[in-house]
Amino acid sequence: MHYLLIIAGVILIALSIAAGLIWVERRLLSVWQDRLGPNRVGPFGLLQVLADTIKLFFKEDWTPKFADKAVFIMAPGILMVTILLTFAVIPFGPGFNVFDSNIGILFFLGNSSLGVYSIVLGGWASNNKYSLIGAMRASAQMLTYEVFMGLSLMGVVMMADSFSFMDIVEAQRGGWFIIPQFFGFIVFFIAGIAETHRLPFDIPEAEGELVAGYHSEYSGMKFGMFFVGEYLGITLISAIIATLFFGGWLGPSFLPPVFWFLFKTFIFIFIFILLRASLPRPRYDQLMKLGWKFLLPVALLNLLATGAVLLLIK
Amino acid sequence: MISILRTIWLTFLHIFHKSETIEYPEEKPYLPPRYRGRIVLTRDSDGKERCVACNLCAAACPVDCISLQATEDEEGRRYPLFFRINFSRCIFCGFCEEACPTYAIQLIPDFELAEYDRQTMVYEKEHLLISGEGKYHDYNFYKNAGVDMGVKGKGEGDGEEDPVDINDLMP
Repeated sequence: MHYLLIIAGVILIALSIAAGLIWVERRLLSVWQDRLGPNRVGPFGLLQVLADTIKLFFKEDWTPKFADKAVFIMAPGILMVTILLTFAVIPFGPGFNVFDSNIGILFFLGNSSLGVYSIVLGGWASNNKYSLIGAMRASAQMLTYEVFMGLSLMGVVMMADSFSFMDIVEAQRGGWFIIPQFFGFIVFFIAGIAETHRLPFDIPEAEGELVAGYHSEYSGMKFGMFFVGEYLGITLISAIIATLFFGGWLGPSFLPPVFWFLFKTFIFIFIFILLRASLPRPRYDQLMKLGWKFLLPVALLNLLATGAVLLLIK
Repeated sequence: MISILRTIWLTFLHIFHKSETIEYPEEKPYLPPRYRGRIVLTRDSDGKERCVACNLCAAACPVDCISLQATEDEEGRRYPLFFRINFSRCIFCGFCEEACPTYAIQLIPDFELAEYDRQTMVYEKEHLLISGEGKYHDYNFYKNAGVDMGVKGKGEGDGEEDPVDINDLMP
């Protein structure tokens, strides 16, 4: 019973944060662009999310005649499932996670790699050249950024001596990993933005060039799943950054640990949105160059230095 | 690299800037008096119609949204029998106002012309004619014109000299 409650709680928290982010992002973007944003529906425009959801449900859910039907319908589901599954290993507080896997980080990396299938299959099944270009870009971007996303986390794993998120949080009681693993954090953060296809790395979508990239042909709630999936991805990456580098649910004890975890997560969500508000999209080859020629060497050097220092200490 | 971080920081500082948005239906923007909005027909200070139905506004209108027909009253003063502006065509360019020799047709700062029915966008003279003078006060065309239309006698107009007695030799 307790177990089911935690599962329901985690899904509820994750989905409601992701849905609420639609409103948060629009309001924050407008603050940074000297506008007001949606403020008419309900108090402060909070019911905008509800209005958007109702609108999405009543839209025609159209599957193109030329699309590969089974794959087309399956693709948005894969995205949601892989991201929601990863939330299972995130500790929201002491003992507040669905299961404490001893391969937590590998589980996260594996799921995020599987998430690419959603975009590649969605783009391919749409049978539309822009969708396909978007999907190809997404797969190339993922291949590049997966590599050092994993490498940048290995420093943390070495320091905590565990792949489990719970153990990593406990290992940060002496001090957050942001200080010894600063370069790891930078590399992971950039890779995380690329992983969620957020601006400035939204090259698979690139509405200026590719209409909407891989989800050009999607409508109704199938599009809604891609849409919410993006926000779920932001929440997930922010939660993982908070867990691995900023002490997770650790914090002064006058407030509950869940609060500290959500507080840190939200700070990174804000940074995600701030990046969208401020940075232009790089060219595709610039993105690849940044990945292979700069971030990969940094991740490798960080790994080397961390290993050397740990060997010296022990 | 530095420029990217600077961009992010400067964008962040916009949190402390004031929002530019004017929440329209509750809060109206300031519109200067010469704003080109709804078109009106004005009257002079005596309360008579300024329009002399010269058709210059209709000729100047680039979208041909003005139509009128001239007629005369008992005194021989011209006025429009009907005056019709189709606001669904009007582009609010203000050429009619520029063309008008009597300041009769004027654009005023009212832009709230939305209607549910397109036919109601066609304004007749009774909708256009206002009882005031609009933007130009104390102007009466017939006080400046040469002709006597019962507004003033010969030589009594604004800045007009007395008529010369052609039978007199005195300078």
